[in-house]
Amino acid sequence: MIPAAFEYARASSVEEASKLLNKYGEDAKVLAGGHSLIPLMRLRLAQPTALVDINGIKELDHIKEDGNKLRIGALTRHVTIQSSSVVKGKLPLLAEVAGEVGDNQVRNMGTMGGVIAHADAAGDYPTLALMLDADIVTNQRTIPAHDFFKDLFTTALGPDEIVTEVVFPVANGPHKYVKFRRRLFDWAIVGVAAQKMNGGWRIGLTNVGVTPVRANAVEEALKKGAKPEEAAEHASDGLDPAGDLRASPEYKKHLARVLTKRAIQQAQGT
Amino acid sequence: MKHKVATTVNGRRYEHEVEARLLLVHHLRDNLGLTGTHIGCDTSQCGACTILVDGNAVKSCTLFAVQAEGRSLTTIEGMAKDGELHPIQQAFWDEHGLQCGYCTPGFIMAASYLLSQNPNPTEDEIRKGLEGNLCRCTGYVNIVKAVQTAARTMGGAQVPAGKKAAMTTGGE
Amino acid sequence: MAVSQLVGARVKRREDPRLVTGHGHFTDDFTRVGVAHVAFVRSPHPHALIKKIEVTEASKADGVVAVYTARDFKGQLAGTLPALPVFVAVKKYVPEHFPIAEREACYQGEIVAVVVAETKAQAADGANMVDVDYEPLPAVINVEKAAQPNSDKVHIDAADNICWDLPFAGNEVSEAAFKSAEVVVKERIHQQRLTPTPMETRGVLADYEAYDKRLTMWMSTQNPHFIRLFVSGAMGLQESLVRVISADVGGGFGSKISPYPEDYLVPAVSRLLGRPVKWIESRTESVQNAYAGRGQYYDVEVAAKKDGTLLGMRVTQYLDVGAYCAPFSAFQTVACLMAGGAYKWQGISSRTVGVLTNKVPTDPYRGAGRPEATHLVERMVDLVAREIGMDPVAIRRKNFIQPKDFPFTQNFGLVVDSGDYEKTLNRALELAGYDQLRKQQVEGRKHGKYMGIGLSTWIELCGFGPSSATAPATGGIALSEAAQVRVMPTGSVIVYTGTHAHGQGHETTFSQIVADTLGVPMESVDLRHGDTGEGTAMGYGTAGSRSLSVGGVAISRASGKVVDKARKLAAHILEAAEEDVVFDQGKFHVKGSPDKSKTFGEVAFAAYGAGLPEGMEQGLEAVAYFDPPNLVWPFGAHVCVVEVDPETGAVEIQKYVAVDDCGNIINPTIVEGQIHGGVTQGIGQALFEEMIYDEESGQLKTGTLIDYSVPTANEIPNLITDNTVTPSPTNELGVKGIGEAGTIAASAAVINAISDALTPLGIKHVDMPASPNRLWAQIKEARK
Repeated sequence: MIPAAFEYARASSVEEASKLLNKYGEDAKVLAGGHSLIPLMRLRLAQPTALVDINGIKELDHIKEDGNKLRIGALTRHVTIQSSSVVKGKLPLLAEVAGEVGDNQVRNMGTMGGVIAHADAAGDYPTLALMLDADIVTNQRTIPAHDFFKDLFTTALGPDEIVTEVVFPVANGPHKYVKFRRRLFDWAIVGVAAQKMNGGWRIGLTNVGVTPVRANAVEEALKKGAKPEEAAEHASDGLDPAGDLRASPEYKKHLARVLTKRAIQQAQGT
Repeated sequence: MKHKVATTVNGRRYEHEVEARLLLVHHLRDNLGLTGTHIGCDTSQCGACTILVDGNAVKSCTLFAVQAEGRSLTTIEGMAKDGELHPIQQAFWDEHGLQCGYCTPGFIMAASYLLSQNPNPTEDEIRKGLEGNLCRCTGYVNIVKAVQTAARTMGGAQVPAGKKAAMTTGGE
Repeated sequence: MAVSQLVGARVKRREDPRLVTGHGHFTDDFTRVGVAHVAFVRSPHPHALIKKIEVTEASKADGVVAVYTARDFKGQLAGTLPALPVFVAVKKYVPEHFPIAEREACYQGEIVAVVVAETKAQAADGANMVDVDYEPLPAVINVEKAAQPNSDKVHIDAADNICWDLPFAGNEVSEAAFKSAEVVVKERIHQQRLTPTPMETRGVLADYEAYDKRLTMWMSTQNPHFIRLFVSGAMGLQESLVRVISADVGGGFGSKISPYPEDYLVPAVSRLLGRPVKWIESRTESVQNAYAGRGQYYDVEVAAKKDGTLLGMRVTQYLDVGAYCAPFSAFQTVACLMAGGAYKWQGISSRTVGVLTNKVPTDPYRGAGRPEATHLVERMVDLVAREIGMDPVAIRRKNFIQPKDFPFTQNFGLVVDSGDYEKTLNRALELAGYDQLRKQQVEGRKHGKYMGIGLSTWIELCGFGPSSATAPATGGIALSEAAQVRVMPTGSVIVYTGTHAHGQGHETTFSQIVADTLGVPMESVDLRHGDTGEGTAMGYGTAGSRSLSVGGVAISRASGKVVDKARKLAAHILEAAEEDVVFDQGKFHVKGSPDKSKTFGEVAFAAYGAGLPEGMEQGLEAVAYFDPPNLVWPFGAHVCVVEVDPETGAVEIQKYVAVDDCGNIINPTIVEGQIHGGVTQGIGQALFEEMIYDEESGQLKTGTLIDYSVPTANEIPNLITDNTVTPSPTNELGVKGIGEAGTIAASAAVINAISDALTPLGIKHVDMPASPNRLWAQIKEARK
């Protein structure tokens, strides 16, 4: 299947990319890894009038330690994150999650910024960004993750706004991402991330709503000394997931509880 | 509007003017006549179109040809040298790692990438490493064997029998 | 006869060097100078009236050469797509299926217009610009509802949606047998719709040469001669002037047996335009429009004694035909004839109901009817065993047809040629460590482990087939098989077969047979197929595990005819009586004087020279057609071990053992490969795959390989295989078929294992695919 025709331009800097987006108007799209966008274009479910290719903007491909922060450039590929010794040392949960995205070929192309900006409810990085209070840095401003994910495939980004970096806190304590799916390369049916940091737990849920979800009630219960299996019972509090081909809403809520329990237990090594 | 795309494919330089929407796989097949790279799906699942771009395995149906500007590409046609099969090709042949042969070029390229990253993979690592490629004929049994054999002939240490990758319909 | 050197050996495949280097010849690898590209406009609605098709904008688009609608093809194509009799000679209602809809579109994806352009991108653009005004009609999706008299209609003018409703005459089971039975178990068993998913989709390149009235088609089919027969007929072309070339084919699994609408439309467009045209199916088109497999449910009742003796079965098959009756759709009713499986029964009553729905038609998919039969009987036998507290192994042993019973006439009059069911079962149990597994299971259950062991002692019929059965099935053409063996003057050999290969390795196995028979090196044998312009006048393709047991035998016989002539000539050259000439290891010699000999090559050269015996014509070639006297009946025993995670419903296959018997084996490596692939497709059905349609809108919801879940290497366990050898008495090679065996066996083994695992919860039966979602819901319900 062949996409509809579009204009194409390579940007060599973020400023140029922004200018090009302005020039082409609101039906233009940024081309990063392209692994969500190009299939949609081939099916003609997406027909952008122009693509601004940012793959040549080298400065967006970086992993930097910055005190107690870890800055991941928007164009950093999953494979780079997955195998980075810096990430493994400073935020091993992120390396683990990167290794669970798609397959080898996908991980060689897909990017941090692409996943964040696409904001698929089943995306894995948004869950981490949200639960860890990451900042999404754009060419115009810095947006806290909890203000970034607005709805299904909808973010706070403006039309000529480009994600340049995602800034995570350093956290290298006990952690686990449990991604439940039928085939290894599938999107999560439900995913649960658990990270111990600053003496407490951060728990994030993937694909149980239109945006990623932070399981505040679970975190609270753990803080009050609940056992993982007790705290995990709160994982579905307030959830109202849509059913899909692979899971009923009820099943998703159930998985949120079971996988939360397992994520915490596995993080603890129990 | 057409765009210039200059690539080195299997060591040979090519230059074409292409439409932006031309997929890399169509460029290889239709403009370069390299029909060994196949198309099996529309959505990046099947991996039949896997090639190496600067040594990294990618699905050439999910890149535009213009994105290959200045890159060095290896396709299945570039694997055998001087009439000698590449050890992975030889291993697929020796181990009956193919039946209809349609997915085979993609598997060989994916396996080549896998072994470049991990010359001595366990069975479990092979199965996980090939998750981006679908085969409908072999049940993967002999594909896994072929990659193990190739690893040995390419100099990786003895592949341990490995704990069988238990399959699961829902896993973590 | 030469001493066998190659038959039975693990000969490496001759096909592979070209395929592993990217030099295969798949349909999209062919082109023609001046080719134009075709894109189809397809109905997005499962059921709609076509009010108007506006083509003006599309016609003017860049590169668009032509836009056609149904009316343009009326003068081009006579008649409708065939719906062959196969087991259901008289059908109640067969809707006419013209390759392109004119007034009413009856399934999502049905073609309504054709756009031809200079490039494939322009064709796709043009197709998007065709504006079709539809009046959507209610979509009939659910089979059970569709069968009701008050249902909406799949075709608006039809009286109902019943394509056929037919009881099969056999040893009927009496009401009394059921009334007096000590045990009766009932179940409804679903067979979800599957899309076959060969990795190469379909495609057609057609070049019609008007001055010669000659048509050449390159396409991806299992059945080139049948395509030629149908397409030449529909286009009013002389059959001999139509050439169908199907070179390398990237998998078929049944979905490339029957002709499709595009197979008519693409050549018709070439004739309309006077230039070559090409269409390559996208995966999205394939998932939506490839003839689907299965799509059935069964209501089954079994009567038995408390000691495990099986008495009778009543079974009704409801088969989702789809919107039109596909050419071999009714073949799937063979499930009714095979419902008894490997067991003896007093009687079986079966009935099939073919129900039309607004979905793509169903047609054979790997196993076609036999996986369904195996699944239902293997499930029912387990349910009886469960009911009476008997081990699943014991109940099978008790009821097996025994070796002394063969040839065994089963309930529907089919004659099972040979078998030794306990032998495969014993070997499978041994390889699996059955007794130990049962102990582990008991122990594991104490600790809340849901481990299960599933058996499938499957049988099948294949090798189509005897002319007495197959000529009526197709409406006249018997499924024999043809072979031609031609020896060149210097002794190399070309062999033509009417079968085809799309992964089965016939170039290798058939050459093994010929090389052994002629006593020549394998390298000197060139096996050709997939081109109706060469070789025998008719061929019957590859389907129903028939290639070796029919086509291979024809090849063996044609080779034998060549040897017979060569022997006569050798006798003449050696100045000996023919009966004194021995043929051994590729040499003819006079009995008792092995030193005085002529090689096969020398005799071949002489056959084209002077001084032939009185009355002998020049040349060394022969044709043979083999009409098998019966079908062949492979069998086997599979054991699957699973563990179910009761919290999530996830299933882990811990072990899979397959012991199969396909008679004599030509190449064990290839047999193993067929089992691996077959089992994997069976596991795919059991756990992963399903075409899901929205019951209201009728839209296919699993339209890409994102949602239609074909398993990857990570989801398939290492498969343990072995075989026993019980030669078939049906042919002189003693061979049976193996192409479908794994698929026929596997779904039952997996589902029996899952059902066994969930026994402590009181769960007896689970439907396919046994997805985590479904199992969790069932576990939850059971725990209430």
